[in-house]
Amino acid sequence: MTIRYFLGRLFQGGLVLLAVATITFGLLYLLPADPARLVAGRSASPESVAMVRKELGLDRPLYERYVRYLGGLLRGDLGRSYMQRTEVRELILSRLAPTLQLTLLGIFAELAIGLPLGILAAVSSGRIWDRLVTVWAFAMVAAPQFALGLLLLYTFGYLWPIFPLGGYGSWQHAVLPALTLGLTGGGWYARMARSSLREVLATDYVRTAKAKGLSPWVVLGKHALRPALLPIVAMVGADLGVFMGGVVVVEAVFGWPGIGQLAWQAIQQVDIPIVLGVVLVTAASVVVGNLLADLMYTVLDPRVRYT
Amino acid sequence: MRQRWRKLLSDPWFLAALAVAIAVVVMALLAPLVAPYDPAQQFPEGITADGQPLPPGGKFVLGTDLLGRDLFSRIVWGARTSLIVGVLANGVALAIGTLIGLIAGYFHGWIGGLLMRFTDVMTAFPALLLAIALAAILKPSIWIVALVIALVSWVQVARVIYAQTLALSRREFVEAAVALGATPWRIMVQHLLPHLAPSLVVWGSLGLASTVLLEAALSFLGVGVQPPTPSWGGIINESQSYFTQAPWLVAFPGLAILLTAWAFNVLGDSLREVWG
Amino acid sequence: MKFAGLRMIGLLATLVLASVWAQGGRGTIYVSFKDDISTLDPAIGYDWQNWSIIKSIFDGLLDYEPGTTRLKPHLAEKYIISKDGRSYTFVLRGGVRFHNGRPLVAQDVKYSLERTLNPKTQSPGQSFYLGIEGAKAFVEGKAKEVTGIKVLDQRTLQITLERPDASFLHKLALNFAHVVPREEVERWGADFGKHPVGTGAFKLKEWRLGQRVVLERNPQYFVAGRPRVQEVVFLIGLDPNVAFLRFQRGEVDLLGDGIPPARFNEVMSSPKLRSLVAIGEQLHTGYVTLNVKVAPLDNIKVRQALNMAIDKQKIVRLINNRATPAVQILPPLMPGYAKDYAGYPYNLEKAKQLLAEAGFPNGFSTVLYANNTDPNPRIAQAIQQDLARVGVKVELKTLAQSTVIEAAGTPGQAPMVWSGGMAWIADYPDPNNFYWPILSCAAAVPGGWNWAWYCNQDLDRKAQALDAMVQPQEQAARVAGYRDLFKRIMEDAPWIPIFHEKRFTLRSARLGGPDSIYVDPIHIPVNYEEVYLK
Repeated sequence: MTIRYFLGRLFQGGLVLLAVATITFGLLYLLPADPARLVAGRSASPESVAMVRKELGLDRPLYERYVRYLGGLLRGDLGRSYMQRTEVRELILSRLAPTLQLTLLGIFAELAIGLPLGILAAVSSGRIWDRLVTVWAFAMVAAPQFALGLLLLYTFGYLWPIFPLGGYGSWQHAVLPALTLGLTGGGWYARMARSSLREVLATDYVRTAKAKGLSPWVVLGKHALRPALLPIVAMVGADLGVFMGGVVVVEAVFGWPGIGQLAWQAIQQVDIPIVLGVVLVTAASVVVGNLLADLMYTVLDPRVRYT
Repeated sequence: MRQRWRKLLSDPWFLAALAVAIAVVVMALLAPLVAPYDPAQQFPEGITADGQPLPPGGKFVLGTDLLGRDLFSRIVWGARTSLIVGVLANGVALAIGTLIGLIAGYFHGWIGGLLMRFTDVMTAFPALLLAIALAAILKPSIWIVALVIALVSWVQVARVIYAQTLALSRREFVEAAVALGATPWRIMVQHLLPHLAPSLVVWGSLGLASTVLLEAALSFLGVGVQPPTPSWGGIINESQSYFTQAPWLVAFPGLAILLTAWAFNVLGDSLREVWG
Repeated sequence: MKFAGLRMIGLLATLVLASVWAQGGRGTIYVSFKDDISTLDPAIGYDWQNWSIIKSIFDGLLDYEPGTTRLKPHLAEKYIISKDGRSYTFVLRGGVRFHNGRPLVAQDVKYSLERTLNPKTQSPGQSFYLGIEGAKAFVEGKAKEVTGIKVLDQRTLQITLERPDASFLHKLALNFAHVVPREEVERWGADFGKHPVGTGAFKLKEWRLGQRVVLERNPQYFVAGRPRVQEVVFLIGLDPNVAFLRFQRGEVDLLGDGIPPARFNEVMSSPKLRSLVAIGEQLHTGYVTLNVKVAPLDNIKVRQALNMAIDKQKIVRLINNRATPAVQILPPLMPGYAKDYAGYPYNLEKAKQLLAEAGFPNGFSTVLYANNTDPNPRIAQAIQQDLARVGVKVELKTLAQSTVIEAAGTPGQAPMVWSGGMAWIADYPDPNNFYWPILSCAAAVPGGWNWAWYCNQDLDRKAQALDAMVQPQEQAARVAGYRDLFKRIMEDAPWIPIFHEKRFTLRSARLGGPDSIYVDPIHIPVNYEEVYLK
């Protein structure tokens, strides 16, 4: 991958972020809720609400607010939370590390559980393992993470207290949340690995390798796996972004101090600066994730070239 | 081709999925006949003196929910919600996705680039946040929920159609049509679309599975269809914090979601293998 | 030999430390909360979680006797009310210091009140103090200070109101009037809420965003023997079900969010756990507002009919009997509550008859708004079904809280609103807090919380007259006056009162103190200064 291409992608990523920021700004403006009223509280007189609205700058025209916001972004200033008055940057940073940790551990768990099962399903195509894995994949995808998480917590945190009952701080705290994510999300990877590997196994060049008399394990390991992993890599890239928004439930059940909870509360309270900040961070992680995935592509498949 | 079909129709796995899918459709269409009770009726004898729902058995086959309503009836009627939302959302998603994918893939160049960057923006967007915001702005109803799901799902379709259109456009029959002076519109509709049709059917059934899940997720977040309209996700949402007390309220709708998603996915996969 | 000496010193040191500790507060208690604590700034904090924590870090001129609704002087040693009822002169007690060591002076009280009034602070409590003379000019930027707050000397402060307000002392006991040190506010600016410094029983020791907040005892607190514990640790981010598991394991002493609904019946039916539950009333009423400006709810007979159509016992059952059915506007703890008031009975026949008399023998269609967090959609559906029995077809809109509040405050938009999850708990134990914000003409404006849009000018005038009755000997008559006022409102039936929620606090066996401090109606949810370890 050339430097020029890389810079081009970064530039495009910046444009994508700008577009996301704009759309979010517009959507939040359209919400039928008045942040000034929520900040001023239930006991405020209409005059008090009007004063709060002026202080928050919500009485300015939309484009002025938009331009101010973009200006702030360029300086790295994400504004202050309406409700808490704390800087959004500080709120997000304090919760970014735990969410990133959970994301990485979760993806690792998903791959660790999903890949082997998917490969197993593809290799035993049509027979019992294939069926079982497919059913499991579906069960997990439909399973509410909430219920599974609570179940794991109850079993391994309370009945047989091997792990702590939620919270954050040591690797022991991370096992159950990662396991929950791995079980529920592993299904996607299993199915993707299964279908991708099956396709590759059916291609001519693999069949040729088999016909040449190579042992099935060698065929699998040396010839089939690498190209089959390409879609997986793409999924991981996309997963990174999804995780940032998608681990709310697991964070909630295990008391993991991540971004999800922050975003959820902020949406309820129409705390616009926090919502905008979280959306941008999430979008940025998607862009970065996709870029990393594309980088991995070139490593895995030398035929893929970017100019 | 015919061989593949015959193989399919004798595969018990496929038949099971087909049976489930048909059962769900029947439940949805004939809900008033299949459900023993009115799904919105709150029976005084359906909850105990301190407000606990009843477990499965006796008058209420699958138990009652926290308002004393029959769970089985609500699940039957919930099939209707899931299918309406599913068909609608998928239809719209397929339509938008195909349109954008076709145009981007056929014209490529800067139009294609622009449209594909637009899909990039949509994927960068946290889908659930978008759904919540849209639902809040538009006031949820079964149609709005379908629209919101469609707006979140069309991107995948567009991507796939784009890739396929790109590949197809290079084939000789398209070049021939262009040489004969056919308009782009004509080429897209008369020549490309028929080749894309199998993909669309596959995506349709796969999409149905994922829209069922998305609808459940939206109900989870409180932005699904309005009560008392039953929806599988809505039942789980209402009952999830009581799940230690009344696990049937989460287990049975969850099972319904799981089976439906599985069935339509198997159908989609199988069709892909036959036509693929 | 060397080590023996060291060990002796170590032992002595431990003994000394232990005895020092034992004199003051002892031990650490753990409280669980699901949501992050938003702010500890007394001028801003206004939610269920931080209300009592702020009261533990800051003090006001007045406070309440623990576990009750009885006012008592706090930072003020004594006060005098002028004959015309408009002026209050407070003498501050001596020996009070802020956590940073500086002694408290009267100027600090003036500064704190002006800070709450200042529009830049965006305080939700600003409106409570607009009645002070000169406050309006200050707020509009026409004056640099509030002339009605006069510092007479280092320990004496005089506050003059535009007109007498019998509830003003209660307003001075609110968090919004708690005293803050100017130098710390100026040092931290908008971040003061995360670095609170006050005069209260506890100091902030540590705050890890999203994880924990730790308070430690203020050894120089001016109330002897308080607080009674050394540390309070708030564990943040715990789901109520998980918090309950931790409670059972002894890792959590108090469930800040209450007993999880799923476990409620289990707790109440287990004798061991039941004995650890403190039950109390709160200043709460849950109600359905009937928009008197929207047809056909503008017809009084229709509203009265609806009042008779709701089975409140059933609704209370739905929430595991955690409330008592309500027939009037004021909750039982509120002065002015009418003990023998019967209200509108549950009578479907009478309801249908009234509807027919009003011209709707076959009912009509309308819309009910509700908050979409559990259990409010369920309660809304129960109400929907009850009204269906008398022919009223209700369409439900269960939406996000902010959306419902917006719709309810927009003229003509929300015919019926179920108040659950949003309204109304009184800010202070005075009946006028159930009138002015939610039933007065002044509040029947866009953005107001009078969601019934009920406006009776006579009653507004009567309430003002009642609020002018400031002297102690007039109080009985004032309470009686409000009792009549609310009865009069119920005759017009702008609301359907549904229930008054009770408080249930589960505490661990090692916590001591009377039940009342665990369901303190003012220090919500728990009075941390009074709690101790057995």
